[in-house]
Amino acid sequence: MEKGQWAAKFKINAYAWLLLLPSLIFLILFTFYPVIKTLIFSFYQADLSTPEPLFNGIDNYRRMLGDEVFWKVLKNNLWITLGTVPTSMALALMMALYANKLLRVKSLIRTAFFYPTVIPMIAIANIWLFIYTPEYGALSHFLHWFGLEHLNWLGNQELVTWAMIIMIIWKEAGYFMIFYLAGLQNISQELYESASLDGAKSWTVFSRITFPLLMPTTLFVMVIAVTNSFKLVDHLVIMTQGGPDNASNLLLYYIYQTAFSFWDQGMASALTVVMVLILVVIAAFQFLFLDKKIHYN
Amino acid sequence: MRFLKSVLVIILSMVLLAGCSAAKPAANVQNNEGKAEEKVELTFYYPVAVGGPLTKTIDGMAAEFMKENPNIAVKPVYTGSYADTTTKVQAGVQGKNPPDIAIVQSTELYSLLDMDAILPLDDLIAQDGGDEFIKDFYPGFLENSQVDGKTYSIPFQRSTIVLYYNKDAFKEVGLDPAKPPKNWDELVDYAKKLNKDGRTGVEIPTTGFAYWLFQAFALENGKNLMSADGKEVYFDTPENVEALQLWIDLAKRDKVMPEGVIDWATVPSNFIAGKTAMMYHTTGNLTNVKTNAKFDFGVAYLPAKKNFGSPTGGGNFYLFKGIDEKKQKAAWKFIKFMTEPERTAQWSIDTGYVAARKSAYETEKMKNYISEFPAAAVARDQLEFAKAELSTHNNGRVTKALSDALQAAITGQTAPAEALKKAQQEAEKALATFNK
Repeated sequence: MEKGQWAAKFKINAYAWLLLLPSLIFLILFTFYPVIKTLIFSFYQADLSTPEPLFNGIDNYRRMLGDEVFWKVLKNNLWITLGTVPTSMALALMMALYANKLLRVKSLIRTAFFYPTVIPMIAIANIWLFIYTPEYGALSHFLHWFGLEHLNWLGNQELVTWAMIIMIIWKEAGYFMIFYLAGLQNISQELYESASLDGAKSWTVFSRITFPLLMPTTLFVMVIAVTNSFKLVDHLVIMTQGGPDNASNLLLYYIYQTAFSFWDQGMASALTVVMVLILVVIAAFQFLFLDKKIHYN
Repeated sequence: MRFLKSVLVIILSMVLLAGCSAAKPAANVQNNEGKAEEKVELTFYYPVAVGGPLTKTIDGMAAEFMKENPNIAVKPVYTGSYADTTTKVQAGVQGKNPPDIAIVQSTELYSLLDMDAILPLDDLIAQDGGDEFIKDFYPGFLENSQVDGKTYSIPFQRSTIVLYYNKDAFKEVGLDPAKPPKNWDELVDYAKKLNKDGRTGVEIPTTGFAYWLFQAFALENGKNLMSADGKEVYFDTPENVEALQLWIDLAKRDKVMPEGVIDWATVPSNFIAGKTAMMYHTTGNLTNVKTNAKFDFGVAYLPAKKNFGSPTGGGNFYLFKGIDEKKQKAAWKFIKFMTEPERTAQWSIDTGYVAARKSAYETEKMKNYISEFPAAAVARDQLEFAKAELSTHNNGRVTKALSDALQAAITGQTAPAEALKKAQQEAEKALATFNK
């Protein structure tokens, strides 16, 4: 009897493991193995002056802390996150509320809001490169009508950050809107009906019903938005190569430069470890701490 | 039933994985077969860095070579921009799977040497070609190929910086279109005259190749930016500070150049559209400007300070380590074929690149072209004053240190002297391990 039970249990477990096996193999091969390899490599000096990698302890990390460019790209990443996440989320929520309320041309409006997300980042970068080009770019023409001067959007250290933030918000807001739209569908109509019976104002409805009940969606979108903001890189290749003087450079692109332009594999590995740690901390913080404060229905 | 299905999925994914890892040996088998038939196969990576349908031209040249040499199969692989090609080649080197031949920027010499990736070509030159062959190349180009008395690459698509100017605009403001600015003072003076609403006096691009453009000004003010062995740089000299101050004055004081960093790729478009009266750009754009400009334009030496000067630029042929003697000989044959005077001349006419060999300019083809279009000879004549492009050990870090500093000064974040001093310090740090 007992033996039979064990066999049944084994059968269920084995079945589960077998089902997991394909994704497990790929995870190990393409995620865990490279992460571990990168971690090990980050303790080696492996650049153009070392034909064979040399163990050098935490030297890469020490050099990183003294590297001005590292702090600059980290600061840029922070500004991009602060500049894009709250705005694009607020915009996404507004667009979702608007698109949800519409009776006619609903799908047209939704498509209009959503299409920037469908375009590949490389194409978006090319479009915005044209918009930002001084003299004959679209924005330059537009400003010229109002008698404003040409601005060299991508050639100025302060303007370039704003230029990037605006472009990213444009791209991301539509994507987040889809999640909010789905969230709105899940809120029971009865709540709105009873609220209107009580004569609640629309702001009260929003702040007491819609917004709190959308909290799980908001959390989810926030995790995606923050991690996305650290994963941006494609546009830099097209638009600025991180310039002028690293004003638009981001951590991920700096890792690329270190690995494939400086050929400093050890330092690139150390930077990658920092990147992975930042993402893990963000995800952990959001799931462990913010999760508890959210009202689930 | 479901169980069976999942097993099937697992087996399928295993097969897929096995397929991935099996791809390489399969390629080797092909190679071995090739050897059995006495046929040599060569992989050849090349970039395209200027406008025009150049992949077709290169593929055509390779096909022609294979017709002449039926026992050699050359496989040309287009590998994107210079930077992309370098990345692919060096990734191949590190993955122990390099191409046989590649056109890579001449400035990658030290990086490729430090990776122990390339073959010295002296034996091959001695066996086939000799002094007669190698001395035919312009010395300004060969400087980036040679170190410690050895030659590691053969110049192919090479360029220098020249001044393009709009002759119609010159006439409009009363300047003689036959007399482009000869020195820095005239440059400032002419730019002031040419500048008006909707048209800037001059544009010097400062994005991707800022260090290269700056090098021209350093050379004109007397000295190159690095030592011949690629272990020292001279960024923070008073002469260089003066040169950088000139850039800043053109934009901020005289307002004859746009402020901020100017994009490399849009400068030729601005020139063609008449939005700037003069531009500093590579000769590689000559054919592009010639085809598209609707006005009469001239090409001139870069304005001098103490002397004329420009860095050379562009890509060379390299041979990679780890290929056997038979392949080396075949590859050398291909390189010699590609750099034959007639072919070099045609390549120069098609692109605007400077033909790398003197004898190319002796061909009928080239003589006719130059008599029709004298501007094509300017870059060659300027070669007399041209010096090696900035190239050092740890090249990526060193050039980025300089380009970043230049951009910091141009955008007004740092004073020129301070910016160049910082670049010097960073470069020295990057070079420290090579000076032990």
